[in-house]
Amino acid sequence: MNKTINQKAWLFVIPVFVLVAFNAAIPLMTVVNYSFQETFGNNVFAWEGTRWFKQILLSERFHAALGRQIAFTFIILLIQIPLGIGIALTMPKKGWGVPVCLILMSMPLLIPWNVVGAMWNIFALPDIGFLGYTLNAIGFDYNFTQQPGDAWFTTILMDVWHWTSLVVLLSYAGLNSIQPAYYQAAEIDGASRWAIFRYIELPKMKKVLTLAILLRFMDSFMIYTEPFVLTGGGPGNTTAFLSIDLVKMALGQFDLGPAAAMSLIYFFIVLLVCWVFYNLMMKNEARS
Amino acid sequence: MKKYKWLIPTLYIVFLMLPIYWLINMSFKTTTEIINTYSLWPQKFTTENYVKIFTDSTWYMGYVNSITYTVFNTILSVAAALPAAYAFSRYKFLGDKHLFFWLLTNRMAPPAVFALPFFQFYSSVNLFDTHIAVALSHCLFNIPLAVWILEGFMSAVPKELDETAYVDGYSFGRFFFKIFVPTIAAGIGITMFFCFMFSWVELLLAKTLTATAAKPIAATMTRTASTSGYELGLLAAAGTLTIIPGAIVIYFVKNYIAKGFAMGRV
Repeated sequence: MNKTINQKAWLFVIPVFVLVAFNAAIPLMTVVNYSFQETFGNNVFAWEGTRWFKQILLSERFHAALGRQIAFTFIILLIQIPLGIGIALTMPKKGWGVPVCLILMSMPLLIPWNVVGAMWNIFALPDIGFLGYTLNAIGFDYNFTQQPGDAWFTTILMDVWHWTSLVVLLSYAGLNSIQPAYYQAAEIDGASRWAIFRYIELPKMKKVLTLAILLRFMDSFMIYTEPFVLTGGGPGNTTAFLSIDLVKMALGQFDLGPAAAMSLIYFFIVLLVCWVFYNLMMKNEARS
Repeated sequence: MKKYKWLIPTLYIVFLMLPIYWLINMSFKTTTEIINTYSLWPQKFTTENYVKIFTDSTWYMGYVNSITYTVFNTILSVAAALPAAYAFSRYKFLGDKHLFFWLLTNRMAPPAVFALPFFQFYSSVNLFDTHIAVALSHCLFNIPLAVWILEGFMSAVPKELDETAYVDGYSFGRFFFKIFVPTIAAGIGITMFFCFMFSWVELLLAKTLTATAAKPIAATMTRTASTSGYELGLLAAAGTLTIIPGAIVIYFVKNYIAKGFAMGRV
């Protein structure tokens, strides 16, 4: 759409600007403030320069948490995106199945995150949970509170349960926007199922899929509540992702300086990846 | 191959429903039964967990608190986002692209980063432990989201609609509320759905900003772990009840969900 230049449009944006600035800028300044100083309580501060940043960037604890975070996000994307597309492709396109699928599949998205954690906790407990009990009954030695491998497995399964539907709904919407004429043309040409997917469906889903990847990257990179309730970051520190580690440092040990420095580094990483994505997306949009 | 296509979504839905079923199953058991016996359905069916929640004010007030700040946040986010989204969809102005990206960055900010500064900030302006504090803090991610979705819907409305209205002698205010808002009603509905959803499921900020008076149900639930070990039955019942508002909201917007996602904006 060709937009007219109108500086008065700023008046419309002011409420949003004020509300978000109030919420984002002021607290962010506090974080920046802490990240360069040492606090002694009672509002006494000493300038520390970049000491906390160096400390965090060189600390093994941060490297380990970041490593776990990247591994987690990578696995999540690798499972959820193909699975989501697959389910969207096989979903009914009309009839009573559509609302049933949509409602039931949206359910996990609307459950408070700590309830998701708690639900999976009691679902996976080896003695009283369905998952844990069944796995042990068929011969696996499964206990997610004791064994790191099982804890990872459970956390990933929980996230797949929680968020795959988002990818499904997005892909489904993308598929629905394809005109029937495309399929008819493909049929006349005798295109194989794979060719239809590769040359018609996938390109049409490109936009929503970029969005799905962006959202899943952001949210899985920021994940806190669900693994915190499920495993508490344990056993040991094996499932302590970045946010869990950060909250431990800030609210648990009250190491404000290092925690603030870590916050900024953390925020910066998310921002960088999203910026790249955002630009890719806008470029796509401009082209189409 | 085609004949068995229904199998995949069906299996997926079964997988989704299993943990929910397990939660509901446990909510009708006593805690002793949960700990001592493993069974696929309640042996001694009991509703005492639900009775406890509906008669104990610390429990049911949790729901009232959660719904209060969620509704307040939804209204606030959409009301603020409407004019802004209109500006982004119709006009070019100084710094519009940067402003848009800056808004989105707030959706990308890990809440864990903001937890502590929020706590200090809202304490210092005497808003700690109020519904307003939680509703305002959730604006951090809901306003960018609302602007983003609404802008998508508004851009799909041709500009001729605006121009015709002005030619017909409508003032901007009358046009906006009498013509424009009804035109994008579905979009507003979907936006409200997503704002409601993200405010309802968020816990980290809601928990950090409240103590007793505005404590969300999700935070009340963590209480069951403290006193006499885990009161699993009660926890399960409270969890089951948190699913209901979401289920009601989904039912109302079910016809619009796919369309909303089709905007490719959420």
